[in-house]
Amino acid sequence: MNSRTPARFPYIPPPELGGELRIPVAIVGAGPVGVACAIDLALHGVQAVVLDDNDTVSTGSRAICYAKRTLEILDRLGCAETITGRGVCWNVGKVFHRDRLAYQFDLLPEGGHKHPAFVNLQQYLLEEAMLARLQAVGGEVRWKNRVAGAAPDADGVTLSVETPDGTYRVRADWVIACDGARSPMRDYLGLDWQGQIFRDRFLIADVRMVGDYPTERWFWFDPPFHPNQSVLLHRQADDVWRIDFQLGWNADPDEERKPERVIPRIRAMLGDDRPFELEWVSVYTFQCRRLDRFVHGRVIFAGDAAHQVSPFGARGANSGIQDADNLCWKLARVVRGEAAPALLATYDVERVAAADENILNSTRSTDFITPKSTMSRVFRDAVLDLSVKHAFARRLVNSGRLSMPATYRESALDTPDTDAFVSVLVPGSPASDAPVRIDGHLGWLLDRVGGASAVLYFMAADRSADLERLLQHAGEIRVVVVVPAGGGALGGGGVAVVEDIDGLVARRYGAAPGTIYLLRPDQHIAARWRRWDAQAFERAVARSTGRQEVTAHAA
Amino acid sequence: MRLETEPNIPAPDDFYQALIDAHAGLDDQRSAALNARLVLLLANHVGDLEALREAIALARDGL
Repeated sequence: MNSRTPARFPYIPPPELGGELRIPVAIVGAGPVGVACAIDLALHGVQAVVLDDNDTVSTGSRAICYAKRTLEILDRLGCAETITGRGVCWNVGKVFHRDRLAYQFDLLPEGGHKHPAFVNLQQYLLEEAMLARLQAVGGEVRWKNRVAGAAPDADGVTLSVETPDGTYRVRADWVIACDGARSPMRDYLGLDWQGQIFRDRFLIADVRMVGDYPTERWFWFDPPFHPNQSVLLHRQADDVWRIDFQLGWNADPDEERKPERVIPRIRAMLGDDRPFELEWVSVYTFQCRRLDRFVHGRVIFAGDAAHQVSPFGARGANSGIQDADNLCWKLARVVRGEAAPALLATYDVERVAAADENILNSTRSTDFITPKSTMSRVFRDAVLDLSVKHAFARRLVNSGRLSMPATYRESALDTPDTDAFVSVLVPGSPASDAPVRIDGHLGWLLDRVGGASAVLYFMAADRSADLERLLQHAGEIRVVVVVPAGGGALGGGGVAVVEDIDGLVARRYGAAPGTIYLLRPDQHIAARWRRWDAQAFERAVARSTGRQEVTAHAA
Repeated sequence: MRLETEPNIPAPDDFYQALIDAHAGLDDQRSAALNARLVLLLANHVGDLEALREAIALARDGL
């Protein structure tokens, strides 16, 4: 059931029919992860093509919540403005138990961030915005080009591609497989895909209505209108609401998706006779699982093709876009011959660890929402009962631990601290945003950092010689000089200067004059020091970029 | 061991009676709820995850 007609994209007969397209990178799947990869590679100047078996954006209920870090990545890719403008921002969540409000939470108590904690937007609208951006940066999607087989070898991958007009081959040096939870690419490579199946079924209804519900996430445990099960209500754009009913394992999926079954459930939840229209209904089960490894020679898996989680916590699409963020700068360096393919092993290590973190969190949420034993249910209800009066119990309520970006702890790319820092940031953390003034205009730190290796240098008035030396060693690395409020005149000489107007940059980075942060192109922290040390800097830069010795590539 | 297993309650009989009295008049379902609330309140009071893990292991021993 779908009352909305999704955008269709033109199929163009490929010029290589019956022959072969040669390309550095082929991306399988034009979902949010594949398109994020395509935009990022285009920004890095790497030629890539996206192959998709369909000719539309996704239909129906898929991802709806995009977390702050994902919005920062989409901003770097150049499409956050459309998405935030189109979507619904929310910070407040309410948890109900039986017939009463147990408690409520506010996700973003801290100000001074460009992006909100979450933006809700239907996945098809996210995809439309991303595809528009891909077109603007000159990327290519080939619709109705189905990858029917993959033959990898040591130097690349040969894909057989089927179109309405016949077949052709794509010979790619690298393939990124973003072809979703049912990934045919996984099958072509014969990869094992085992995991934990949750014995529960959920009904998703996307409902269009003019409601006076506030823009908040509402989660009910055991409500009177749906006894013994949970219900989730979430707002999306254009007066569309996501309602998620837990049904139990014994529910009949074919029966439950019939409007005559769905409408009374929604009616009971609304408790009145306001008009509404069903935009989408489906019944789903879910699994938590991942591939053992995400990098298989020249084929690299990302998004749902690599890992799957339960929907509680909004960790699917968010982690997929963070995969793309982690992968593309590395792949670009390898394709350009600036780094050995070994750099891609760090994608595997870093994103496998992130997937494990997401699977752990989502499994714990599921165990709370769907207790597996009588005593598990007794404890769950005890937590909810205590949460009404006791703050400690609220910390135990788990209706979904909402997506947080992974910190790449002990990554081979990061340099452990040798100096002391008082900051929540550590090597491997994503860099924090903060408000700054740039050339007299208010702006944001991460906009200035962008998508290349970068250095933040906290200006010390008495150490301008350090900045000179830093600039001599920086080479291709973007240097951003952070000056205190009112210190705009300290910069100059063709260097990007940002004024720390509220002191939040220094506070969030635990920085003093002379502090230096080295950031990776995905804006994660690679290294930091209290004072300039040329040798340490050179080593950290080489380490963070997987820089290949020129001699090793001479052949 | 971070968990105190040596005698630590000054009036053990008073504690035990208070515990049993708390269950008076409750059916099994409500008694189970009381025990669960009690475990959660006391666990928060202890706070030390290592001590809690030791307590969980000791309680599980032999079952």
